[in-house]
Amino acid sequence: MDTPALELCNISCTFRPRSPAEPAYTAVADTSLLVQPGEFVSVVGPTGCGKSTLLNVAAGLLTPSLGEVRVFGQVLQGINARAGYMFQTEALMPWRSALDNVLLGLQYHHTEAQAAQQLALDWLARVGLSGFEDRYPHQLSGGMRKRVALAQTLVLDPDIILMDEPFSALDIQTRQLMETEVLELWSRKKKAVLFITHDLDEAIAMSDRVVVLSAGPATHPIGEFQIDLPRPRHVAEVRSQARFNALHGQIWELLRDEVLKGYAQQLRKA
Amino acid sequence: MWSLIKPQESNLRWWQVGLLVAVLALWQWASTDPKLAFFLGNPVQVMGRVWSWFAPIDLPPNFFFPDGLKGRADIYIHLGVTLLETVLAFGLGTLLGLVCGLWLALSPLASAILDPYIKAANAMPRVILAPIFAMWFGLGIWSKVALAVTLVFFIVFFNVYQGVREVSPVLLANARMLGAKQKQLLRTVYLPSATSWVFSSLHTSVGLAFVGAVVGEYLGSARGVGYLIQQAEGTFDINTVFAGITILTTFALLLDGAVGRLERHLMVWQPRSAENERL
Repeated sequence: MDTPALELCNISCTFRPRSPAEPAYTAVADTSLLVQPGEFVSVVGPTGCGKSTLLNVAAGLLTPSLGEVRVFGQVLQGINARAGYMFQTEALMPWRSALDNVLLGLQYHHTEAQAAQQLALDWLARVGLSGFEDRYPHQLSGGMRKRVALAQTLVLDPDIILMDEPFSALDIQTRQLMETEVLELWSRKKKAVLFITHDLDEAIAMSDRVVVLSAGPATHPIGEFQIDLPRPRHVAEVRSQARFNALHGQIWELLRDEVLKGYAQQLRKA
Repeated sequence: MWSLIKPQESNLRWWQVGLLVAVLALWQWASTDPKLAFFLGNPVQVMGRVWSWFAPIDLPPNFFFPDGLKGRADIYIHLGVTLLETVLAFGLGTLLGLVCGLWLALSPLASAILDPYIKAANAMPRVILAPIFAMWFGLGIWSKVALAVTLVFFIVFFNVYQGVREVSPVLLANARMLGAKQKQLLRTVYLPSATSWVFSSLHTSVGLAFVGAVVGEYLGSARGVGYLIQQAEGTFDINTVFAGITILTTFALLLDGAVGRLERHLMVWQPRSAENERL
């Protein structure tokens, strides 16, 4: 068997309390997760369960309190240089045009200017934004900004792609379009993908495997499902298949209790 | 008839000009009383003063100026000095503010140590530093530049400091994930976002640079528009004082306009309300 692309081994993340009177908050407890090269893994869980924490650990933006991260067998220290990260919120630089935003990573890596320019133009075309190179982020729609962000991440050709609810802010039509596009880009060059979402439909439609997390605090995986729907998939059409509904029913049964728990906790906090 | 001259968008300019003419006429009428004229001056005399400052041409005796009007064209050196002080103070103050703001924002320890002193320095009415600067830098332009720099510095400094500390953490995380080293972060994230804050304070700081230069000249100098005004005040020459004020106001407006143009040119990436409406 290959070395896994990404391996989270017994990760725990405890955050120091803001005042000594409060107890320390454990967001993630003893979590292990494997992503094989070329595998598309989704992580679903109730809101506020620490999904993003897990992804930040995988990205190397956050050092876990316990446990370690391995990237292609190597223990991760500092930023995960083999991963690209697509954030949930706006991460484009407002003072750079679409093209300059895509060029950003290439400039950081000192790619030769002409080659970088060509690569960035190619990627903008691939995400359907030819002709929008000179637009600034505020001149683009939400969906177009996500496409720029996608090109910005993928232009560096990362071996691992981390996505944190990247489409949660989009309307449903744009979202399905983007999901289909991401699947298509992924299927051409199979990368390891760790996809975080709270939308079970999205998770099933896109993934090879869905991991269900428990409600926080001390989140940990409570179930794993292989998604054996045939590829290539069209995210809107796959939802009408019987197998999709069966899987959805199975996973939802597990997830529902956690969602209710998470909801009750949020009410208590409020 | 009224519907034609009623103030509205199309004839706004006429109303603005009309208001100016009305105020000048009222002023001229009031100045026919010599006692009032001593305090208020006389708009025609003020214009005459401006003429002889700028124009090298003598006017023959006429209705307004029975003795004729000498065209001395002697303001340029004074105006040049004041503008030079303003521009120098503006440049130096902005640069210093930018550098210090960046440094303190990126070094929490230094900012924690210096915090009370920065607060004190900002709370202090900095015009009181003028005598010290006059002692340190003499009566030439540098004491005025120093005074104006202290005014500009804090505006830019606080804007940059605040701006850098409010850089979106997601933007930073994204840049780091894309492979930015510390130096590249400074150049591609902190500096551009700080610059945008500098530009938002440009209008205020140009105005203050001007204030600093002129106040410095009031307090002791041998050249500059502030010096001219101060000299005229010493001889109760109220018309020259008003002429000086008129010129300073005009140039403040011109500087502000230039900054506005520069800002529009450099800040194309920022959304403007009109643009949002169009899209």
